[in-house]
Amino acid sequence: MEIPREKWSSKIAVCEIGAAAEKGGTRAGTVKIGGHGTLPFLDFENEAVEVHKPAMALEIFDVYPENWPEVLIQAWGGKETLSDPVKWVKQAEEFGPELLCVRLVSPDPDGHNSGASAASAFIREILKNTRLPLIITGCGNNQKDMEIMPEVIEVLKGENALVGIAVKENFKTLAACCISSGCSLIAESPIDINLAKQLNILLTDMRLPIEKIVMHHSTGALGYGIEYTYSVMERVRLAALSGDKMMSAPMINFVGQEVWKSKEAKATYEEMPKWGEQAKRAVDMEVVTGITYLQAGSDILVLNHPEALKIIQRKINELVRDI
Amino acid sequence: MAVTGLDIYKLLPKTNCKKCGFTTCLSFAMALAQKKTSLDKCPDITASAKAALDSAACPPMATITVGAGDRKLEFGGETVLFRHDKTFFHMAELAILLSDNTSETELEQKIAEIEKTGIERVGRQFRINIVILDNESKAAGVFLKAAKLIKSKYSGNLFLKSASPANLESVLAGEKLEKTVILSAGENNYAEFAGVAQKYGAALAVAAESVEKASEITTKIMASGFNNIFLFPQGRDMRDILHFNTLARRACLKKNNRSLGFPVMNYTGSDISDAATAICKYGSIIVLDSMQIEQVLSLVTLALNIYTDPQKPIMMEPKLYEVGKPGPESPVLVTTNFSLTYFMVQPEIENSRIPAWLIITDSDGMSVLTAWAADKFNPEIIKKAVEKYEVAGKVTKKKIIIPGYAAVMKGKLEEELPGWEIVVGPREAAGIPKYLKAYMAGQSASL
Repeated sequence: MEIPREKWSSKIAVCEIGAAAEKGGTRAGTVKIGGHGTLPFLDFENEAVEVHKPAMALEIFDVYPENWPEVLIQAWGGKETLSDPVKWVKQAEEFGPELLCVRLVSPDPDGHNSGASAASAFIREILKNTRLPLIITGCGNNQKDMEIMPEVIEVLKGENALVGIAVKENFKTLAACCISSGCSLIAESPIDINLAKQLNILLTDMRLPIEKIVMHHSTGALGYGIEYTYSVMERVRLAALSGDKMMSAPMINFVGQEVWKSKEAKATYEEMPKWGEQAKRAVDMEVVTGITYLQAGSDILVLNHPEALKIIQRKINELVRDI
Repeated sequence: MAVTGLDIYKLLPKTNCKKCGFTTCLSFAMALAQKKTSLDKCPDITASAKAALDSAACPPMATITVGAGDRKLEFGGETVLFRHDKTFFHMAELAILLSDNTSETELEQKIAEIEKTGIERVGRQFRINIVILDNESKAAGVFLKAAKLIKSKYSGNLFLKSASPANLESVLAGEKLEKTVILSAGENNYAEFAGVAQKYGAALAVAAESVEKASEITTKIMASGFNNIFLFPQGRDMRDILHFNTLARRACLKKNNRSLGFPVMNYTGSDISDAATAICKYGSIIVLDSMQIEQVLSLVTLALNIYTDPQKPIMMEPKLYEVGKPGPESPVLVTTNFSLTYFMVQPEIENSRIPAWLIITDSDGMSVLTAWAADKFNPEIIKKAVEKYEVAGKVTKKKIIIPGYAAVMKGKLEEELPGWEIVVGPREAAGIPKYLKAYMAGQSASL
């Protein structure tokens, strides 16, 4: 019989995150993502291309994670670890992710409303305490991120970090900073293939190369709209492989933060005895959400639970096994 | 592959004899293409034309029915590789594998656990609909005894797995298992297995390590007139399974390869990441080693999400939702019934840890801005919802929080709902926790 192999005309851009001393940074090395010439994990049909397996990140905050349920806090060694960002970073390193993702929560005007200098000082601390390549995200308030991120990105000069999150309201400021500091940028659009492409066009028009962009089509947790993002990501990946260069940036999903907001992860056994044990249920939910995004073409998953990290890493290694 | 009316017309006698009830052969052909009539209405069709049309009209992937009555399940019949191209039709099901080497008490206990599994998702109930009994003992008597026990206690479908066609037959002859599935046949014993399956009206799972091998075996089975088949890939790991599933689906849909046009059964053991991968990529029956409710919760949700029709926005049922355990002092919020809107608003209310009433209006599944623009989220519709769900009887303070994007309707809504105070909430769901905290603080301050 005829084996129905696909012949795609294009491939996904390769994005590099992190720089070691010889490249002007202080990281232990560089993590590369993208490069695929096929749909996820089907490399048998396009063996020639340079394929990088998806990279896993654990997330740390600049504040104690108030909203994390007890089972997640315990997995990290309890309050003591999480109250001290340095201990938190060290613990994260031990769990073995390829990347560390730092979320700057304190600048949020609805929270501590701290300023740019506090944020950049925090990032300096992080740089001193870990050699993992970094993803740095702001507080999610577009206006405020525009105020704090320039100083933060300046601190990251030479480190080749991935920073964000750029949306249509603030991408100009963030992209300009990335160009001058050599960082890559997370470009976010709300589950819409056309808006995603438009944002990439605007960014590349500013001379931020497609290799410096990682797309975020927003992340829905399992049971909370995951299928919308899943299909948009599949469509984006198909468009990229079929030759649309503006869609060829790798993709990221913030799996942990969405999953751990859900009732399935937060409800205790006593509240939902029909759903079984909370810790197991929540990790299962994070694993299934992550695995689903990998099948949609995700190149970076930002996770919260160390066990979910371990399970997903093991599966990636199995799926990309050399024949 | 879809056939057009003209394709059919070319194969008809073109005599316009009207015996079929249509005035011309062409109009009969058009009606056939729309499946409004059947080919047997034409008395003069040649056998070769009939065979050609039958096979062209037959969908590239077979739909296999399992069970009957309340237990009936359908698999396959899929027409696309990606859900966004149309939709996936027949939702993947989870199956639990049980060994006949299990003691009677343990078997009973396991079945009881499977029986009571009930998970509610978007207003629908889900359960484990398939148990597969594995003839690990290799003994016919043990197999039959275990099958009898399960059949008497389990309300779902019982499938049978054995290396021995004789053992399978002893169960099938003794127990009436309507439209069951037997597994699994390989290249050396497919004929015997297909014979047993055919005799008892069962479907047959065909095990093979590659699509080429699977195609070889199914081609031979189909030549004997048997088409009731599941593909059952055997790989070293999930990578092999993923490749098999993908190639089989492509071969039947893109190359019209009928020998691979069957639903797929995937054994994933207790590895939830394998099960999730199989659900995303073309597995119809996902076989698990054990029933762990935590896994089932996530996997059933995934199957439901992946098999949701992407052409229709999912709508939430319009009603008054309780977030947490709200009481008479709890705040009342209102928004539209677009499921994504609900799924963004509901978790943020939960995040605030303030129990609340959430009115979901009947807004044709549109988001707030779209519904407002289309006049599907207006003061009259909100008023109707407030009255229909008897919100006034549930709270002491008659106050409703409307989405920030619908702020303009505040005045009009206050006119529609005399006695109610309307307040404008945040525009984005992310602002809800902070808003509700401030709102509750303001409430207690004003007391």
